[in-house]
Amino acid sequence: MYRIRFHGRGGQGVKTAGRVLGSAFFADGFEAQDAPRYGAERRGAPIFASVRAARAPIAERGPIRQPDLVVVADESLVPVAAAGVLDGIGPHSTLLIRSAETPDTWRERLRATGPLLVLAAQAGDHEAARFLGVACAAAAARLVGVISRASLEQALRAEVAEFGALAVAQSLEHAMAAWEAMAPHAGAVAEGVEPRADTLAAPAWIDLPFEPATVSAPSVHGTATSVQVRTGLWRTMRPVIDHERCHRCTWICTTFCPDAAIGVDAQGAPAIDYDHCKGCLVCVAVCPPHAIRAVPERDAERGASAPAAP
Amino acid sequence: MSRLLLTGNAAAAWGARLAQVDYVPAFPITPQTEIIETLGRWIDAGELAARLVLLESEHSMVTAAAAAAATGVRAFTATSSQGLLYAMEMIFTVPGWRAPFVLVNVSRGLATPITLEPDHSDVLAARDSGFLQLHCATSQEVLDSVLIAHRWTEDPRVRLPAIVNLDGFHLSFTREPVELPDAAAAARFLPPFDPENVRFRASRPVSQAVAVLGGGPYSYFRYEIHRAAESALAVYDEVAGAFASACGRLWPAVETHRAEDAEVVFFLIGSFATKARDAVDRLRAAGVPVGLVRPRLLRPYPVEAIRRALRGKRAVAVVDQNLSMGKGGVLHAELASALYGEPDAPRVLASFIGGLGGRDIALEEFREMAQIAARAAADGRSPAPRLLYTEGELREVRKLQGIAQAERDDLARGGSEP
Repeated sequence: MYRIRFHGRGGQGVKTAGRVLGSAFFADGFEAQDAPRYGAERRGAPIFASVRAARAPIAERGPIRQPDLVVVADESLVPVAAAGVLDGIGPHSTLLIRSAETPDTWRERLRATGPLLVLAAQAGDHEAARFLGVACAAAAARLVGVISRASLEQALRAEVAEFGALAVAQSLEHAMAAWEAMAPHAGAVAEGVEPRADTLAAPAWIDLPFEPATVSAPSVHGTATSVQVRTGLWRTMRPVIDHERCHRCTWICTTFCPDAAIGVDAQGAPAIDYDHCKGCLVCVAVCPPHAIRAVPERDAERGASAPAAP
Repeated sequence: MSRLLLTGNAAAAWGARLAQVDYVPAFPITPQTEIIETLGRWIDAGELAARLVLLESEHSMVTAAAAAAATGVRAFTATSSQGLLYAMEMIFTVPGWRAPFVLVNVSRGLATPITLEPDHSDVLAARDSGFLQLHCATSQEVLDSVLIAHRWTEDPRVRLPAIVNLDGFHLSFTREPVELPDAAAAARFLPPFDPENVRFRASRPVSQAVAVLGGGPYSYFRYEIHRAAESALAVYDEVAGAFASACGRLWPAVETHRAEDAEVVFFLIGSFATKARDAVDRLRAAGVPVGLVRPRLLRPYPVEAIRRALRGKRAVAVVDQNLSMGKGGVLHAELASALYGEPDAPRVLASFIGGLGGRDIALEEFREMAQIAARAAADGRSPAPRLLYTEGELREVRKLQGIAQAERDDLARGGSEP
């Protein structure tokens, strides 16, 4: 059985990637199963999709524990523990990361011992970012090497048709570019060894201790949780204040920020707490002199200066 | 007949479409919403001649479904979790109207704490209501069961509403191959609803909710519901047989897998039964004589079929994806009541609580459960109930509690500004 996991953020097409790959397998005669897992159902939150394909009916379900292939649509998720990108990666698993960096950089960064590939991305290519899902599906299809180009195209058309002919054409273009990019590695991903019931380690079960309600009730007290959980990692767009334009009418942005992530510094200027700003961009919308602009997070991280707001 | 990939939700919607339902009262809730969205799209496109109405709550939605059924039309609705609980007053009320309709419940754990992920505590809260319950393991089974449930509930010997249950995420959002029954075959299997004397009309008022005092009439009406639910057992076998003739798939009241010569049997409901089936095959390959018994019907409870399937087994590992606080697993207690005093019943019923709130159950956990049950059979004593829970999971909770402790310390100091 092939076991493939796609990781990305809500809105990046990870669910679509799973469906396109699942349908392509199915069209080529495989039994297929695909399932997205989106915990918080929130744009920008980490999500993943699982695809299983086999020649016989599939009884497994739920998250894939030992993937043959993990495709990462959003490299910023790799260090986010809660995203679980590297969960269950073994020497057999191939890791494909969409990134502008080299495979060697990633190999060193992750101390990866298994196969690691990069689906080349250009910094600031926002059009490609709109077709991440289909590109990742096509790359995965080429890597397993048992899916025909025609079946991939058929699956993609079926999935994207409702968005119109232009969307289909653009999706096909981006998908086929990824398909070609993976040509040197066609067939590199093989079906994993089937788990055997007699060789697995025993589960590390424990007896759950009984604890007083002061400890065991799931209450959240005051602001400390909000401080400790760095929700800034969720951000895909970053609001940036242009202090030249700012009127310092600070009650507006600080009040409208739903996360109280905008404070006022000693000089009376607004300051955004990027550890906790989720990038909802409400401040961009409400700022009277339009002194806050939105910059894609990846560009902001690289320190690239985004074009000024018109 | 065509084969395509469908989520459990889409399969439920296809079931309603092929059943040619007339009326769909609706209220959105995760992970069910895709069902009513799909039906809504078909109705808009003219592909399904039904009326979909968004109600202001699940309480009204269930009332509307039953009221529509009482006018003699075929009604279908769907909900999940907190929504089912919000409707609970009417869930217990409408079976007494003896107006049949089908409610799909997409199982999701109950608050507190809030989750979106599946377990069976929601649907088991409706266990004693008078709704019949069908529990599905695959998308195919969901589609077929919606069709089966309509004919079953509408049978004059039954005339009770039914819940068709599927697990959130593991089925609701999981696409897998489904054979779409031919519309003509489905229509032959499920003829138009004949409501007999249930024909409420505006010009001919009927009260469906009479008050009775003194206990005698009350006992009569309540016990008649119980008798109808019991009668539904034999009717189910007939209906399942008719479905097999029409569409080629037989869905027995109790599914067994390699149980015949098994010494230890897994006993569970819902989509994780496919994981258990996989575990059985892998354990068999390793020489462990295990099997699977999965009731599809929970109400009525197919006592005889369960007894038959478990006769002569050494032990049963019951996996409950639910929790009755202060008692334990619901399936375990129900199974014990079905087997007590039976000759050749398994000596040991090992109780496991697992898969709560979307928690996975791993292959090695199935193996461990089988081993514990087999060891207990050798001792002749059922082991203490066990929660499937690992060290690593507790460690994750400890991290959260570490934050909570920091909060408490902070509050004790009078709190601080962020």
